[in-house]
Amino acid sequence: MKPFTYDSPADADTAVRTVAADPSAVFLAGGTNLVDHLKLGVARPGRLVDVTHLTSTEITERDGLLSIGAGVRNSDLAADPRIRSRYPVLAESLLAGASGQLRNMATTGGNPLQRTRCAYFQDVTTPCNKREPGSGCSAIDGYTRYHAILGASEHCVATHPSDLAVALAALDAEVSVLGPDGERTIPFTELHRLPGDTPERDTVLAHGDLITSIDLPAPPAGKQRYRKVRDRASYAFALVSVAAVLAVEDGTIVDARIAFGGVAHKPWRAWQAEDVLRGAPATDATFRAAAEEELAQARPLPGNEFKVPLLTRTLVSVLRELS
Amino acid sequence: MTAIGEPLVRRDGTRKVTGTATYAYETPAGTPVFCHPVQATVARGRIAAIHTAEAEVLDGVLDVITYRSAERLASTADAELAVLQDREIAFRGQVIGLVVAETSEVARHGAELVFATYDEREHDTELSADRDDLYKPEKVNPAFPTDTAAGDVDAAMASADVTVEQTYRTAMYHNNPLEPHATTALWDNDVLTLWDSTQGVHPSRKAIAKVFGLPEERVRVVCPYVGGGFGSKGLPHANVVLAAMAARAYPGRPVKLALTRQQMFSLAGYRTPTIQKMRLGATRDGRLTAIGLDVVEQTSRIKEFAEQTALPSRMMYAAPNRRTTHRLAALDVPVPSWMRAPGECPGMFGPEVAMDELAYELGIDPVELRIRNEPEVDPESGNPFSSRHLVDCLREGARRFGWDSRDPRPGVRLEDGWLVGTGVAASVYPSSTRPGSTAVVRFEGGRYAVEIGAADLGTGAWTVLPQIAAEALEVPAEEIDMRLGDTAYPEAAVAGGSAGTATWGSAVFEAARTFRDKYGRDPADGAEADATTGDNPARKEYAMYAFGAQFAEARVHADTGEIRVPRLLGVFAAGRIVNPRTARSQFLGGMTMGLSMALHEESVWDPRFGQVVNHDLAEYHIAVNADVDDVQAHWLDERDPHVNPLGVKGIGEIGIVGTAAAVANAVFHATGARIRDLPITLDKVLPALP
Repeated sequence: MKPFTYDSPADADTAVRTVAADPSAVFLAGGTNLVDHLKLGVARPGRLVDVTHLTSTEITERDGLLSIGAGVRNSDLAADPRIRSRYPVLAESLLAGASGQLRNMATTGGNPLQRTRCAYFQDVTTPCNKREPGSGCSAIDGYTRYHAILGASEHCVATHPSDLAVALAALDAEVSVLGPDGERTIPFTELHRLPGDTPERDTVLAHGDLITSIDLPAPPAGKQRYRKVRDRASYAFALVSVAAVLAVEDGTIVDARIAFGGVAHKPWRAWQAEDVLRGAPATDATFRAAAEEELAQARPLPGNEFKVPLLTRTLVSVLRELS
Repeated sequence: MTAIGEPLVRRDGTRKVTGTATYAYETPAGTPVFCHPVQATVARGRIAAIHTAEAEVLDGVLDVITYRSAERLASTADAELAVLQDREIAFRGQVIGLVVAETSEVARHGAELVFATYDEREHDTELSADRDDLYKPEKVNPAFPTDTAAGDVDAAMASADVTVEQTYRTAMYHNNPLEPHATTALWDNDVLTLWDSTQGVHPSRKAIAKVFGLPEERVRVVCPYVGGGFGSKGLPHANVVLAAMAARAYPGRPVKLALTRQQMFSLAGYRTPTIQKMRLGATRDGRLTAIGLDVVEQTSRIKEFAEQTALPSRMMYAAPNRRTTHRLAALDVPVPSWMRAPGECPGMFGPEVAMDELAYELGIDPVELRIRNEPEVDPESGNPFSSRHLVDCLREGARRFGWDSRDPRPGVRLEDGWLVGTGVAASVYPSSTRPGSTAVVRFEGGRYAVEIGAADLGTGAWTVLPQIAAEALEVPAEEIDMRLGDTAYPEAAVAGGSAGTATWGSAVFEAARTFRDKYGRDPADGAEADATTGDNPARKEYAMYAFGAQFAEARVHADTGEIRVPRLLGVFAAGRIVNPRTARSQFLGGMTMGLSMALHEESVWDPRFGQVVNHDLAEYHIAVNADVDDVQAHWLDERDPHVNPLGVKGIGEIGIVGTAAAVANAVFHATGARIRDLPITLDKVLPALP
């Protein structure tokens, strides 16, 4: 672990200015991913700027909208009665993620910014374009069980590991960001990037941009569910996951919001599947057609071809349950 | 008074759960220095240059030891322990340097700054059954014949009514004890003291003394507690030599070295992957006529470890025609070693799934098929079994599990979206008592002190050895002060092979009995007696094994293929149970580890790099609480007069043997998908789902 300077500034503006001014500086929130990376040599920052107490740790409500402070811990968010009753897909995604100990540390702002768990990314002795641009991708011809089938490139086939982020993508959340030039908001579905030829950049955030809150619009009509399929019942990253909101009236789907996890470089909003679902009868055939439409663009790798039928089956299973 | 058989609580339990038990790395011993190993990043070759200057100038770094500066070891016969002696690289992850520093953080940072270049050579790390360089080892672990044959298996297969001929595979597995491999080492006044996490203080001392050319009395190994080992701490690995080497270089200062979780995947041994070509031939009424098992597995090019995978197939069932072989591929891979029931554990996966396949082919209940093939004597030696209650285990297990109502058809039970099935498999593990361990009983201040250099691997030696002494002395166990885990006490065999309690217990029992005979009920202070575990002549006349029957219920999600095991039930015939509480934990632990092997564990090998990819506990999945639901262990009241005077058989390993096969058989019953390679993951059952 490379030695670093630890800063605990008094306010968020100072934190943002400090990081923006120092290319080697990074924000530290819950630390559940960053501290691992420090030990593994994956992250080698010169300065850690602690923001744990600089962003709100409250969930506030105005006009039916919920604003979740970036400092809210995952476990507190999952337990909040408003989240549980109005956004159960979010609560379920949180409880499906990590372990109890990790959820007690992880924060709402930090969780969507966790980095891929691709084993090659985490091992500094193997090439990885995300960790060291231009060095190559070890995963593409290697161990691909947890890797992407959608939206990947020849430079990177890593997946985004967050469960929370998948639910937020389905809920049309917005991200409030404080940057060196002030505040702005980003639709959650536009926060993360596909790898293209710059897989080292996970998000559209610039150096020094700090997530201050995540804001939820009024809950969508219909029932919600987060279903995570993993290799064991205990904590594990998703092989595939589905966040779904489905509104059905008289056997017809009036609204659907679908996002996938474990299959792409970002939480994958399944816009095409949603188009198939809206207005169609709530039947297994529709659900399967929706999955097939979305997954027509899937490009699985040797070792993860099973994710295509698995995701299809999972989506059908979840939508059947919600209809 | 019978102290044996009482469910006494663990003497070390409170110390462990309250955090006051001192483990190797935490041993307080002055102002320590800390070490961090540097590992090779190529799988085969030699170091061209190693750059240490950047690390050496780091504030707090005391030294960077490499092959250029390391002391020359007295013995390099064991290549795994011959660390930093030359520039050759035999596997990726091999130690090429050791950074010694004032803090662990600086040592780790220094290790990151050491940089080597290599003359890399082509490496070969892929096991397969059709390699043309497979070879026949002289013996298999520890000293069994490599091949056996009786009758003519080929002819019997050709004429059998029904045959099963399938290849089964088990994965590479790594021991992942909670406590990593860790050592505190101190070289003081020409004596090397190692506070080491080990399963055997005396075996460890012997190995280290040899490597450094020291008389054994100048090496002391201390190990009061072990945070798990499962075999990986049975013999010292490179990390112990490194710690000792650093201690000699910094006399008077305690040296601390703990492997990281990632480092353990290349330096602490592992269970070889196996490829098992299994053949069974049977008559229509279910009598086996042929049993054949040809095993292919791997070892490291620099050190042979030939796992005894075919052993249980040699003695489990009767058949006139039998053949077993072991072939090895010597690869550019880390050195394999012991993992809970080496040989027997993977070696019962193929055979016990094959028995299930045969039962299905024949339309005979799999419990009944096993009962029909119960041998009268050990098929291999012709000797009678000292005791063999497999049939009782199967019957009792079937009764407790509710087997009788079983519908044999696979893939037809759907409950709440889950396909449900049940499976059975048999277990066996040799019952050993090793000669040569010594115990001393002494009367001190009105209490009895019992000393033996055994290591409590977490199995309960602290608790059960006083029970055994108390029985022989005819006093309450509370009057016994137990002393173990130190070479200052008399020599004891390794905690392994499920032989600890039988071996050490025999010495303790004999010493205590001798003491009582000699001094009566009112001994003088300082009165002392000792005894050494002897050879058991009955071993030549009887085949000695523990047996068990494993039952599993599997649920496979009909949509996603997720596999869960809500019920495991084992019934064991494992001799006299000294302490039902610690014994139960052992059985449950073994069964849980078997479940883990069946569904989760797999060291994923990347042959391009020559290393395990998923080398941490986030990616190397082990069954933990949410994966383990109802696990029950029961045992028969077995009396075996031959194994040893105590009638004690081992229980550390029988629980894991057979579990994976029972789970695989249950998954078949649930889905109709016969999965022959472990672990059984959802992608393998997905194609069979409705």
